[in-house]
Amino acid sequence: MAAPTVETTGSGTTQPQTITMAKGLNMAMRATMERDPKVLVMGEDVGKLGGVFRVTDGLQKDFGEHRVLDTPLSESGIIGAAIGLAMRGFRPVCEIQFDGFIFPGFDQIVSQLSKMHFRSQGKVKAPVVIRVPFGGGIGAVEHHSESPESLFAHIAGLKVMSCSNPVDAYWMLQQAIDSDDPVLFFEPKRRYWEKAELDPTAEHLSMGSSALLRRGSSATLATYGPMVKTCLDAANAATEDGNELEVVDLRSLSPLDLGPVAESVRRTGRLIVVSESPPESSVTSEVAARIQQECFYSLEAPVMRVNGFDTPYPPSKLEEGYLPDLDRVLDAVDRSLAY
Amino acid sequence: MSPEHWTRPSRSEDRGHADETAPAATSAAPTREQVIAGLRATSEGGADLVQLLTPEGQRVSHPDFDIDISEQQLREMYRDMVLIRRADREGNSLQRQGQLGIWVPLLGQEAAQIGAGRALRPQDMAFPSYREHGVAWCRGIDPTELLGIFRGTDHGSWDPNRTGMGLYTIVIGNQCVNATGYAMGQKFEGMVGNSDRDPNANEATMTFFGDGATSQGDVHEGMVWASVYDAPVVFFCQNNQWAISEPTERQSRVPLYERARGYGFPGIRVDGNDVLASLAVSKWALDEARSGNGPVLIEAFTYRMDAHTTSDDATRYRMDDELQAWKLKDPIERLRVYLLREQIVDQGFIDEVQNEAEELATRFREFCLNMSEPPPERMFSAVYADESPVVAAQRDEYLDYLSGFADAGHDTEGSVR
Repeated sequence: MAAPTVETTGSGTTQPQTITMAKGLNMAMRATMERDPKVLVMGEDVGKLGGVFRVTDGLQKDFGEHRVLDTPLSESGIIGAAIGLAMRGFRPVCEIQFDGFIFPGFDQIVSQLSKMHFRSQGKVKAPVVIRVPFGGGIGAVEHHSESPESLFAHIAGLKVMSCSNPVDAYWMLQQAIDSDDPVLFFEPKRRYWEKAELDPTAEHLSMGSSALLRRGSSATLATYGPMVKTCLDAANAATEDGNELEVVDLRSLSPLDLGPVAESVRRTGRLIVVSESPPESSVTSEVAARIQQECFYSLEAPVMRVNGFDTPYPPSKLEEGYLPDLDRVLDAVDRSLAY
Repeated sequence: MSPEHWTRPSRSEDRGHADETAPAATSAAPTREQVIAGLRATSEGGADLVQLLTPEGQRVSHPDFDIDISEQQLREMYRDMVLIRRADREGNSLQRQGQLGIWVPLLGQEAAQIGAGRALRPQDMAFPSYREHGVAWCRGIDPTELLGIFRGTDHGSWDPNRTGMGLYTIVIGNQCVNATGYAMGQKFEGMVGNSDRDPNANEATMTFFGDGATSQGDVHEGMVWASVYDAPVVFFCQNNQWAISEPTERQSRVPLYERARGYGFPGIRVDGNDVLASLAVSKWALDEARSGNGPVLIEAFTYRMDAHTTSDDATRYRMDDELQAWKLKDPIERLRVYLLREQIVDQGFIDEVQNEAEELATRFREFCLNMSEPPPERMFSAVYADESPVVAAQRDEYLDYLSGFADAGHDTEGSVR
């Protein structure tokens, strides 16, 4: 039999199909598990239940309890054990149930996972992926809606990714699992059920690249994760006022691929950076600082930011105000254009 | 249910040593009574202490952990302990002379580490804390390879894959979970419970930590995971009685080895100043792990005879009497007395080992003084497996900045562009 020219998706098809983001992530894990017996999925409730969001649905049934581990309720254990398994040659994919629960495992991520490669000068690799459903908008209780990605983008030795759509979810997670570096993989939980058409034979970007999603001439929106859809919606709405907005999906928060953002700013002269996280010392701060450094003479206005607030995440009856929405994004666009 | 059911056992029952009149441990500093209670705890291992060689150098038997050991092995373990102690003392001196930023003394813990280290097989894996110079010695890591960490030229120079020993772990307790994960991997690969005919067919992992670490969540999580996955991991706690200035009393109200019961695996307290007992118990525990029976906790009851590190002043928090009492239990002395009395060695052997130790110290010192400084690009190397464009840009910019100095003060050939 001739070797296929395109890798199968693991779901046994190379045909285009409509999938949700949750399905794309599931297919990505399935695909890597099929081609590499060293890939393990581990976390609380990922086996029989299929994860609290069902993202790992069916994996334990098909790959067994030694490939898909229902672990003790223990985040430092999940990440710490994953490090040991990685040192043994496995490629663990850890699920942290909710963003706010990653902190019991923060020590292992920062003290051990991020530093193994550097400390050993490459003798020890730590190909661990930590999947984190993050962000708000689902009406949840405290600790279930946070955006801690900037904390991890600040840590040297970690790669930090955030997908925004089912197709990227499918490709980026496979690339993250294949990477020899540790990857924090932030999944916008409120977008889990949004759909898109996946053509497994189509070309795809590297997970380290940002992507220009929409062309325009008035201003640039740079964003990632759950805010990508919000920004695309805002760009559509802006056309009613005669404004054409460019939208760049950062995708990789560390390392940041600022090239497409800088190119876009050189065309539009204006940048608005959008994310759900608190603004202080965040990914949006980093983008703003570096674009002002690199594109100073192209800017017609200061870089604007639209974020959550520097408050703990509020009770869910207030989250509509906390989370940037179409109006807050367009207000920032107006303020930028007013310069 | 009557309130009596909820009465906790008295502290003296818990520990077998505490003064019942001692006040509860609520004040910030240990009271004199607590210090005395701690002194008793540190001088008595308790009835459960596994011992094969008394402090007086008398060979004693133990119903469960006796060991058949050749005279050659006895001589080798004596040599191990003398040499690693000598390297350790040289490390201390080098720090005092400004050649090392810090040194973490091993003094007093040689028997615990050599006993455990010699029980490991080449295919096993060790996950150390940062005081495990004796374990490193047993894993074939030359003491000079430890110097970079303390001189500030690297974070550990040995290859964990080649030596079967992870790099030193400084954050307390982290390694206990990493070790459990590694051991789970050994089990997943089918490397436990195989035929004993092939000594390479089974593997185990041993992780080293101190009494202070037992208060950390990671030690608990490591033990929970090891237990539920029956991971072939041996938790080797060196209870050296002090976590910097905090006595074991501040970590636990039960003897540490008893905690294993709560996780559902055996816990054993061994005389950590007795190299034979440390070897015997470690061998048994590792065999348990290799056979697929799951984890074991060993509490090696020992004593740190020097300060926590060279930055510490142990005279501020512990009594000299305590140190003097433990000097009588010196792990090397008791073996030396035994070997001489039983005529397993003569004074010529003792002198020969001492000469070898002096040679090692000289080599260790010379190596330290001749270590080259890492070139500036080392700062940026191997941060990631796939080079980060951000880090690469910072490296290039920094090297470019450095090259702007006419007299950079270091050998730039081949290092700075």
